[in-house]
Amino acid sequence: MSYKCMYYVNVYLAVDINFSSLLSALLFLFRLAMMSKLELKEDRMLEVQFVGDDDVLNHILDREAGAKLKKERTQLLVNTKKIIKKPEYDLEEDDQEVLKDQNYVEVLGRDIQESLKNGSAADGGNKVYSFQNRKHSEKMAKLASELAKTPRKNVSLSLKNDPEIINIPQCSKGHSASDNVQLKNNDKSEFLSTAPSGLKKRLIVPRSHSDSESEYSTSNSEDDDGVAQENEEDTNEVILNQKIPSQNRAVSAPVCKETPSKKMKRDKTSDLVEEYFEAHSSSKVLTSDRTLQKLKRAKLDQQTLRNLLSKVSPSFSAELKQLSQQYEQLFHKWMLQLRLGFNIVLYGLGSKRDLLERFRTTVLQDSIHVVINGFFPGISVKSILNSITEEVLNHMGTFRSVLDQLDWIVNKFKEDSSLELFLLIHNLDSQMLRGDKSQQIIGQLSSLRNIYLIASIDHLNAPLMWDHAKQSLYNWLWYETTTYSPYTEETSYENSLLVKQSGSLPLSSLIHVLRSLTPNARGIFRLLIKYQLDNLDNPSYIGLSFQDFYQQCREAFLVNSDLTLRAQLTEFRDHKLIRTKKGTDGVEYLLIPVDNGTLRDFLEREEEES
Amino acid sequence: MATSSVSKGCFVFKPNFKKRKISVPVEDYFNKGKNESEDSKLRFETYQLIWQQMKSETERLQEELNKNLFDSLIEFLRKSYSGFQKSSRDWGCQIKLREIPTAALILDMKHFLQKLVSQLMMDCCVDEETKEGSIQVAQKKTHCSMDSLSSWYTNVTRKTDPKMPRKKRTSSSQWQSPPVVLILKDMESFTTKVLQDFIIISSQHLHEFPLILIFGIATSPIIIHRLLPHAVSSLLCIELFQSLSCKEHLTTVLDKLLLTTQFPFKLSEKVLQILTNIFLYHDFSIQNFIKGLQLSLLEHFYSQPLSVLCCNLPEAKRRINFLSDNQCENIRRLPSFRRYVEKQASEKQVALLTNERFLKEEIQSLLENLHVYHSNYFLVLRCLHQFTSSLPKYPLGRQIRELYCTCLEKNIWDSEEYVSALQLLRMLAKDELMTILQKCFKIFKSTSEKQLGSTAKRIEEFLAQFQNLDEAKEEEDTSGSLSKGLQKTDLYHLQKSLLEMKELRRTNKKQTRFEVLREKVVNFIDSLVREYLLPPETQPLHEVVYFTAGHTLREHLNAAPRIALHTALNNPYYYLKNEALKSEEGCIPNVAPDICIAYKLHLECSRLINLVDWSEAFATVVTAAEKMDADSATSEERNEIIHARFIRAVSELELLGFIKPTKQKTDHVARLTWGGC
Repeated sequence: MSYKCMYYVNVYLAVDINFSSLLSALLFLFRLAMMSKLELKEDRMLEVQFVGDDDVLNHILDREAGAKLKKERTQLLVNTKKIIKKPEYDLEEDDQEVLKDQNYVEVLGRDIQESLKNGSAADGGNKVYSFQNRKHSEKMAKLASELAKTPRKNVSLSLKNDPEIINIPQCSKGHSASDNVQLKNNDKSEFLSTAPSGLKKRLIVPRSHSDSESEYSTSNSEDDDGVAQENEEDTNEVILNQKIPSQNRAVSAPVCKETPSKKMKRDKTSDLVEEYFEAHSSSKVLTSDRTLQKLKRAKLDQQTLRNLLSKVSPSFSAELKQLSQQYEQLFHKWMLQLRLGFNIVLYGLGSKRDLLERFRTTVLQDSIHVVINGFFPGISVKSILNSITEEVLNHMGTFRSVLDQLDWIVNKFKEDSSLELFLLIHNLDSQMLRGDKSQQIIGQLSSLRNIYLIASIDHLNAPLMWDHAKQSLYNWLWYETTTYSPYTEETSYENSLLVKQSGSLPLSSLIHVLRSLTPNARGIFRLLIKYQLDNLDNPSYIGLSFQDFYQQCREAFLVNSDLTLRAQLTEFRDHKLIRTKKGTDGVEYLLIPVDNGTLRDFLEREEEES
Repeated sequence: MATSSVSKGCFVFKPNFKKRKISVPVEDYFNKGKNESEDSKLRFETYQLIWQQMKSETERLQEELNKNLFDSLIEFLRKSYSGFQKSSRDWGCQIKLREIPTAALILDMKHFLQKLVSQLMMDCCVDEETKEGSIQVAQKKTHCSMDSLSSWYTNVTRKTDPKMPRKKRTSSSQWQSPPVVLILKDMESFTTKVLQDFIIISSQHLHEFPLILIFGIATSPIIIHRLLPHAVSSLLCIELFQSLSCKEHLTTVLDKLLLTTQFPFKLSEKVLQILTNIFLYHDFSIQNFIKGLQLSLLEHFYSQPLSVLCCNLPEAKRRINFLSDNQCENIRRLPSFRRYVEKQASEKQVALLTNERFLKEEIQSLLENLHVYHSNYFLVLRCLHQFTSSLPKYPLGRQIRELYCTCLEKNIWDSEEYVSALQLLRMLAKDELMTILQKCFKIFKSTSEKQLGSTAKRIEEFLAQFQNLDEAKEEEDTSGSLSKGLQKTDLYHLQKSLLEMKELRRTNKKQTRFEVLREKVVNFIDSLVREYLLPPETQPLHEVVYFTAGHTLREHLNAAPRIALHTALNNPYYYLKNEALKSEEGCIPNVAPDICIAYKLHLECSRLINLVDWSEAFATVVTAAEKMDADSATSEERNEIIHARFIRAVSELELLGFIKPTKQKTDHVARLTWGGC
C-alpha cells in the first residue's frame, strides 16, 4: 500500500466520523494493492501511488454510480439469478463528475483555514497524517535534554542554532532499520563525544540521581540477534567516529557509506509504510531494561498523588481562564440548540467536567437533569436507565430487560410532552459505555424530543463508536472545548499505571461476595487463599491443582464429592473470584487473581469476625 | 450536591416543584447570549416559521418520492395475497419475498418502512405487533415452534374473521385469511444462520401460515445471495423494488428548497459546498443535509441581527418600518450597502447616512430588487443548466447544484469552463438545440415575471426560425461544390489540391443559415447569463438573506476531534496565547503543559515505551523549566512532585488513548498510535 493510500485512510480516520465508509475504503485499497501487485510486480509502488488519488474518490462516488444504473424500478425477476448479473458499474460516466468534484482533501484544507476557533486550523492536516519514522528510546532522552536546554526567552533562536533537533526527523529517514539500530546502540558514546559542551553539562545533571552511565549503556536489551552481530562488526567504525570531533550527524554518514549496497537495496523499498510493518511485525522491541523498582521512587497511591499535585501551581492560569470564559459564553447557545432538537458533544484536550458542571449550575438549575459519570468504573446503561425510571419518573417496578425498560421510558416521554430531561454525560466514550449496545440505547434516549443530551468525549478514536444509524439518532452538534485542565476526576478511578492500588475496592467486593455464600463455600475459598499465601515465595507456583484441592476439601469435611466442589468453583468463577489455568500436564490449576496483600487483609478480617 | 462518588455514577437532580413550573421559553435563550441583539424575538419566530415551512416541504417531497415505490409495494402485497388465495397449491413452498434495495438511503428508508408498517396495519388486519406479541409469548414457553405459531395464526384469523364485518371494513373483506407480513428492516445485520433456518422452516409451513417477507437492503441486491445459499434463496420468490437514489433525492431537495424564491433564506457558495461535500463524501444522508440546512438557518438568524428582514417580501417591507435606530446603523455598516452608497450621488449619500426615513425607503426598494434578482437568477440558472447539462464532459457540471455553486462563487463567464461550454454549444446539432430551447421556453413560460417575459418570446421566435430552416433547407442544398470532377492526378497533386481546399474552407468559411442562427442563440444565452447570473455579493443587502459562515457549519457538523487533539498537544500556543509558548515548527517549549511534554517525548519512541526512561526524560525537561523560576524547594520534594506530575500526564495520555499498559515487558507501556498523531 502506498503512502498516499495510507494518507487517505488517515484522512478518513481523522476527519470522517463514519466507521463503515472507512472500512469500505480500506477494503478497496487492499483490493487495489493486490491487483496492482499481480499486474506489474516491479513497478508496484508507482502504480499504487498513482491509483491512490482518483480511485479512492471514485470509490467513494461509485455507490452513486451503482445507484444510478438501477434506475429502472420494479423489475419482476422470476429467476433470482438475474440480480447477480445486474450491477455492472459504468464508471466512465461518473468519472467526469468525480473529476469535477474538487479534490476532497483540498476542499477540506481550504475551508479549515478560515476557522478561527477550531484547532484544526493550525495545521491543515498534513502533519497529523504524515508518517514519522521509527523512533528509539534514546531519542527521548536526547529530545528531553534538548527541550530542557531551551531557555525560556529566546526559544526560537536557540532552537535554530541547534542542528540536532532539526536533524532528528531527517536522520533516520533514509536509513535501513539496522543502521538505525547501530546508531542507537552506540548512541551513548556518540552522545558524549559529540554533544556540544553546554548540552553535556545538562545531560549529566539528570543522570546523576539515577544509574551510573556505564550501567545505562549496557543495560540495553539486545533482543535482535542479527543486529547484535552486525553491531560487533561496526564497533570499529564507532570508535573511529568517536574521535571525529564533529557534530553527531557525521556519525550516520560514514556508516552509510560503509554499507552502500545495503543502503541502495533499502532505498528502493524505503517506504514509510514498510517501516510501519517492520516495526510491528517482529515481536522484538528494543528498549532499555530498566524498571521502576531500581528507581527509588515507589508507586504512589492516589491520596499522596493528589497531595503532591495540589502543591503544583498551575501554569497559564490566565490563559486557561480566558479559554473557559470563552466557552461559557456558549452556554445559552447550547441551551437553544438543545431545545431545538440537537444534541451537543464536546471534544478537545482537557477535562470538560468542570465546564459541564458550570453549565449545569448556571443554566440547568431549574430543570430536571441527570449527571452521568461515564468514567465511573461501575457505570452501565442499566444504571442510567434505572436512575431515570426510579428517580426521575418515580417508577418502582422492575423490568425484564434493558430494552423493555427503554421502551417504557420512551413511551413515558412520548406520552407526556411536558416532561423534560437533561442528560449530562461526562466521557460518553468511557470503557463502560463505549459498547455498541450501550451507545444504541443512549442514542435512542437522546433522539427523544424532550430528552436533551450534552456529552463529552476524550478518546482519540471516540467518533468510531458511531455508525450512521447512531449518528442520526444522536443528531450531534460538535463543539471544540480545549481546556487543558487535568483529568483529575476521570483518572482517579482508573487503575493507572504508576498508581499503587490501595486495594480497598477489591477487598470490599471480596467480602461482599463471600458473605452471601454458605459457610462451606467460604471454607473452600479460605482454603485456596491459605494455600496461595503459603506459596507466596514460590516463583513457579501456578496454582492449586483440582485434585489436590478436592483432597484438601474432603479432609476438611467441606465437600463430599467432586461434583459439589465443581459446582462451587463454577460459582466462584462466575464472580471472577478464581481463575483456572491448564498446566503443561493438562491438569487444571486454580488461582485467585487478587493481589496477596488484599488476600491477607481479607483473612485477617475473617478471623476477626469469627 | 456533589457529582463525584466512589459508589455511584448517576446523579439525578430535581428542582423544587415550585421552581419547576417556570420553564424558560426557548426564545429566551435566543437573545440572552448576545447583549446587543436586536429583534431577537421576532428573529426567532421567523426562524421557526421558515424552518417549519422547509421541514414540511422536505417531508412532502420525501413522501412524493416514495409514493410510487410505496404504491407498487402495496400492489405487490395484494397480488401475492391473491396468489395465496387462488392457487395455494401452485405457490407450494414458495415464499414471496421482496426487497427494497437503496443506494445508501438508510435513514430515509427506515422512515419509509415505518410508514409502510402503519399503512399495512390499516390495510391488512394482520399487524406486526400481534405477531411480535405471539413470538414473545412463544419465547416464554421456551419451546417455540412453527406449529404453535401456525396454530396461533389459525386462532387469530378465526377470531378476527367474525369481528371484521362488524367493523365494516370494506378492504378487510377481501383479506379472508390475511398473510403475515414480516418486515426485516435491515437485512444485512441479521445473522445469516438464523435467517436461513427461518426461511427453510417457514417455507415448510407456508400452506398453513402464509408469510410474506419484506427485506430492507441498504447496499445492493447481491447481498441476498451472499447471505443466503442457493438452496435457501431458491425458496424465495424475489421481486425487486428500487427506491430513488439519494443523489437524485438531494437534487430534488435542493431544487425545491434553495433554487426557489419560495424561501427567502439562501446559502452562500462555501456553505453549499460544505454541505454537499459532507453529503457526497461522508454519509449520503439527506437527513444530515437537512440538519445542516437547519443549523445554517439557525446560525443565520442567531448571529445576523438583520436577518429579521429575511422573510417574505411584503412582511419584510412591513418590518422595515419598525426598524430601530440601532438596526439602521447595522444596515449602514453592511459592506454591500456601503459599496452601494459609495456609488450614489453625494447628496443621496448624505441622505442615506443621516436620514432614517430615507434609508428605510431605500431599503425597501433594495429588498425588492433583491427579490427580483433572485427570481430572475433561478430562471436563467435553470435555462443555462438545460444547455450545459447535456454537453460532453460536462464542463459546468452535470448537476444543477454544481452550476449553482460556480455561479455563486464568481462571475461564471470569467471561468474557463464557461468558455469551453459555449464553444461546445456552438457545435450543437439542430434537434438537440431545439429540444433544449423548448425546455427553456417552458421554464420561462411557467413564470409571470415581466422582465423575463420577453425572453420567452425571444425563444419562441428562435424556435420558429429553426422550424423555418427545415423548409428553406432544400433550396440551399444545391451547392454541392465539391464534385468538381475528379480527374486523374498523381499523389502530389492530390495532396496539394486538398490542402488548398482546406485553406479555402478555413478562410472564407461560409456559414449556413443554421449556423448563423445557432450563433445567435448562443449569444443570446450568453447575454442572459451576463445580465442575470451575477454573483450575490454584487447585490446590496445580500447579507440579509445569505448565510456565509461556512466554518461554523464545518466545525459543528463535521468536526475533527483528532486534529484538535493533535493541535492542542503539539502547539499549545494555538490555544493558550502565551508568548512563552511560541515555538518553532515541530518543537515545544519546556514550559508547556505537562501533558504536551509527555506527549512530545513519547513520540520519539517506537512501539514500547520504557516508563523509567520516559519519566527521566520528563524530569529533565521539567526541572530545566523549573530552574528558571525558583530553586527554593528542597530537591527531594521537588522530585516527588515532578514524578507525580509525570504520573498524571501518563494517565491522561492513557485516557486519551495514546498508550496502554502492556505485559510484554515490565514497566513498559505500548503506544497505540503510529506516526505524528
